[in-house]
Amino acid sequence: MDTRVNLPTNEKVKISVRDLNFYYGGFLALKNINLDIPERKVTAFIGPSGCGKSTLLRVFNRMFELYPEQRAEGSISLDGENILKSKMDVTLIRAKIGMVFQKPTPFPMSIYDNIAFGVRLFETLPRVEMDERVEWALKKSALWNEVKDKLNQSGSSLSGGQQQRLCIARGIAIKPEVLLLDEPCSALDPISTGKIEELIHELKSDYTVMIVTHNMQQAARCSDYTAYMYLGDLVEFGPTNELFMKPKKKDTEDYITGRFG
Amino acid sequence: MSAFATMDAARMGMHRKRKVMNVVALTLALGAMAFGLFWLIWILIETVRLGVGGLALSVFTESTPPPLAETGGLANAIVGSLLMVSLATALGTPIGVMAGVYLAEYGKTTWLGAVTGFINDILLSAPSIVIGLFIYAAVVATTKTFSGYAGVLALALIVIPVVVRTTENMLSLIPNALREAAYALGTPKWKVIASVTLKAARAGVITGVLLALARIAGETAPLLFTALSNQFFTANMGEPMASLPVTIFKFAMSPYQNWQELAWAGVFLITLGVLALNILARVLFRNKH
Repeated sequence: MDTRVNLPTNEKVKISVRDLNFYYGGFLALKNINLDIPERKVTAFIGPSGCGKSTLLRVFNRMFELYPEQRAEGSISLDGENILKSKMDVTLIRAKIGMVFQKPTPFPMSIYDNIAFGVRLFETLPRVEMDERVEWALKKSALWNEVKDKLNQSGSSLSGGQQQRLCIARGIAIKPEVLLLDEPCSALDPISTGKIEELIHELKSDYTVMIVTHNMQQAARCSDYTAYMYLGDLVEFGPTNELFMKPKKKDTEDYITGRFG
Repeated sequence: MSAFATMDAARMGMHRKRKVMNVVALTLALGAMAFGLFWLIWILIETVRLGVGGLALSVFTESTPPPLAETGGLANAIVGSLLMVSLATALGTPIGVMAGVYLAEYGKTTWLGAVTGFINDILLSAPSIVIGLFIYAAVVATTKTFSGYAGVLALALIVIPVVVRTTENMLSLIPNALREAAYALGTPKWKVIASVTLKAARAGVITGVLLALARIAGETAPLLFTALSNQFFTANMGEPMASLPVTIFKFAMSPYQNWQELAWAGVFLITLGVLALNILARVLFRNKH
């Protein structure tokens, strides 16, 4: 096993990234990233636009493979198994590592089916258990009370904030081990954002959460660890309060104090 | 004059100019719309005026009459058209949708996709008489008989490129974010297409099918050399078959008054049918997910 990267020894490592380089065609977008992600903790990625934080998130579930000109070199181990080289089916990896995107993307079906859709891919549940799973996911994402009487309505009939919570419910309904959140609140109002932040806080008791955010207060509020990235480099990584209170690097300090970025 | 006043004067000048441009552009657009609508409404009025006169119950119950007969209708042509148009749509739609899915979801960056798209565009703009002659040479000449089946094949060849193009266009309009969200759950590609993207594009695809249907309902040229026509009633697709457009063509060109009246009744029926299809499609897909 490699030596741990910037993690206190009392944390259990869920994912370790080693020597990761990522290319968009000929452009090197991630430069030799080494990082350990702790289990059942929230890890935030911050940095100015174009620094590679979303790119990094999209490597974890091999989403980049949808685009032939993108490629990754190096290794990402999930519980010790390299998911970049693994013979493991990419659909199974994505079932273990869920993702919620910047803009809400309800599927063109009912609220109920939006959540049942992913569950049906991997499990054949009797109707009652499926109902329970849908209710569980909606309660977990703090949406149940608002939609319990209209589960048959279209997912796109909900407001933006509700749609985003629906997408989170959809993501956790398949019971992944890791949840990737790519700026999940950037299109939301403060109240919806507050609800989702509470949710993130709750989710970490069951899931390893990684969140990309432009909002440093958000990173400070809801993450345990923070990584600061700049131009494809991982500049600094550490416990959130340390990184925000006494950053080790000058670049990090400039960014979080608003002198740059 | 102060700097602000000069600035304001300049702004007001620009503002007036924009207002004038706005009025000019709006007038031109309204004029173009009025020009188009004028002919369209005229066609509709004429169709109704001349078509309703010939409409009687016998139009639906009796077959095409000989010249100068007292009675007679379009039953054979109506049934022939319904049979051939629905079979051609049933044949062309799945092929067209699947080819469109290939172009939009699989073949975007491939050589085969580019070539298929190009050939489809040629087929889309091919004159329908060419398609009729092709089926004549390929099917009618080999089987030695005009037949309803040959007509179906010719019409299906017109349906396919229209459905391919609309399916491809509608799928391309679906944002990649929706596809990624489906993949992110671990959905296999075929399921992403079948359950998410195609479903999201459903209304557009069905509109495309209806457009194709409306187009072949009025096609005459491809049927002239394939289904030919039939004076008598038949539901046997292996025989020459009457259709509304060919009957209209034949009857409208004739000097006989009873034939001309039936031709107008046929025109009215086709127009009404296409209109009903369009309204149905809009009603069906208005309030769906």
